[in-house]
Amino acid sequence: MSKNYFEIIRAGINTTFQDKGRSNLYHIGIPFSGAMDTRNFFLSNKLVGNKIDLPVIEFAYQGPLLKFNGDKISIVVTGDVIFKLKKKNHEIDGNCYESYQLEHGDEIDILSTNKSVYGYLAISGELDIKFQWGSCSINTKAKIGSNKGKKLSDGQKIDISKINSNQSKKKINYLISKIENIRVIKGTNFNYFSEDSKKIFFEKEFTVSKLSDRMGMRLEGSKIENIIDTNIKSEGLLKGVIQVPADGNPIIMLSDHGTIGGYPKIGVVASVDYDRLVQISPGSKIKFKEIKLSDAETLFKLYEMETHNLISQI
Amino acid sequence: MIKNISNLGDAALYCDFGNEVNKDINSEVIKFFKAIKEKNIEGINNLTPSYNKLIVSYDLRISNFKKIKEVIENLDINESQKTVNKKLEIPVCCDAVFSLDIERLEKKLNFKKDKILENFFNKEYFCYMTGFIAGMPFLGDLDIDMRAQRLETPRVKVPKGSVGVTEQFANIYTFESPGGWNIIGNTPQDIFDSSKEKEPNLINPGDTVVFKKITLDEYKNYNE
Repeated sequence: MSKNYFEIIRAGINTTFQDKGRSNLYHIGIPFSGAMDTRNFFLSNKLVGNKIDLPVIEFAYQGPLLKFNGDKISIVVTGDVIFKLKKKNHEIDGNCYESYQLEHGDEIDILSTNKSVYGYLAISGELDIKFQWGSCSINTKAKIGSNKGKKLSDGQKIDISKINSNQSKKKINYLISKIENIRVIKGTNFNYFSEDSKKIFFEKEFTVSKLSDRMGMRLEGSKIENIIDTNIKSEGLLKGVIQVPADGNPIIMLSDHGTIGGYPKIGVVASVDYDRLVQISPGSKIKFKEIKLSDAETLFKLYEMETHNLISQI
Repeated sequence: MIKNISNLGDAALYCDFGNEVNKDINSEVIKFFKAIKEKNIEGINNLTPSYNKLIVSYDLRISNFKKIKEVIENLDINESQKTVNKKLEIPVCCDAVFSLDIERLEKKLNFKKDKILENFFNKEYFCYMTGFIAGMPFLGDLDIDMRAQRLETPRVKVPKGSVGVTEQFANIYTFESPGGWNIIGNTPQDIFDSSKEKEPNLINPGDTVVFKKITLDEYKNYNE
């Protein structure tokens, strides 16, 4: 047993270990998985002095309440998250994107995300967890990854295998940007839909349904009418693909999606908007805006540059 | 051969081999899939072969549509591509506890249970692809008079090991999952084993499968 660990007093709703995910396994039915919001994943690691792709704790809506046992460690929370640090004699309201030091017996209570979905907790060091296909990412559907592919649960321990010696305080001023227009490239079955529905798709608002998780985001709103066939021969899916099943309500594939599907693809979310798409909470409205491939490529480059600038400021 | 290449979003190539579903077209897809995989092309981070399509995903940080398209178009597909295809026997028990949709099939296909099972077991199946959930094989082809639509309302939980049929295909639920196929039996054999990182799938595209009928007792004793 390692000396440094967290005791999970309350696990939270959907708390998992995530890193950058696993690639080259679509052909056997395993999706990328990985941290839903990549930018915040990178930033959280950098803010505790880690390499940017080490495993972190991802949570959705309500996060965990953890008690730290061991030597000093620094931690950071990223996203738009409300959390408290409970020290021996006092409590601190935590700020995201600012590192804090925990001592033996201190607790961190991640109360909730604020009008967003995912947040990240990183520690200055390495978690003692298992890797599968080069990634710790927990895919609860396939029961793959660390923690036997299951969400973290109350009473469990999170062992820490290594703590960085340099724990200098780090901080950036950053607010996760909200986005209402999600940019989309037309899908391979765009012409399966009626002229009216094509218009509706790019003009009307849709509401994010409660039935959304790491696998997919379901939308409600005007029905999208299929005029050719409500099924296609099953073929590969990607994160960001928007499928429209027979009921006319679009579903966006997210990081833990099934790798093959048989519903027509009306569009694909541009990579530049993926981090912000996953943060849109149930009940919120979204609108799609069509962009061309070349614009999507340029916008992604700019987004990447911005991410690197943020990282280099830390 | 690839008939058309387009983009699926900004991080994948959509290679279209046509609209038909048959072994010849699928074998072409599998050949391209294996050739691309072996070449370890810079930027490509995933490949999804299916009946008649091949999706090539790439890391937009490293490459882009134009570059990957050019590589794929100029790919030298070696005819001597070594393909090691296995022939597998999968035990299936069709006891009433497992054959959840047999009555539905009796109505839809207008056959008695015995006849449905006779048709089902008396056949070799070709694995077109694996996926949807990890390791799930899509096996074909069922006889024309054995083809039924999927359930109108999919099940929230299909038990692990369930063997289902829909249209011209049979499949196996490698773990408990939602699903809408007509379930006719269950296999005690593990089809996907995540502890084997190198070869987690028992059945791979290009393999041939025959199902062997077993009794409930044989099923119960299978893993002992």
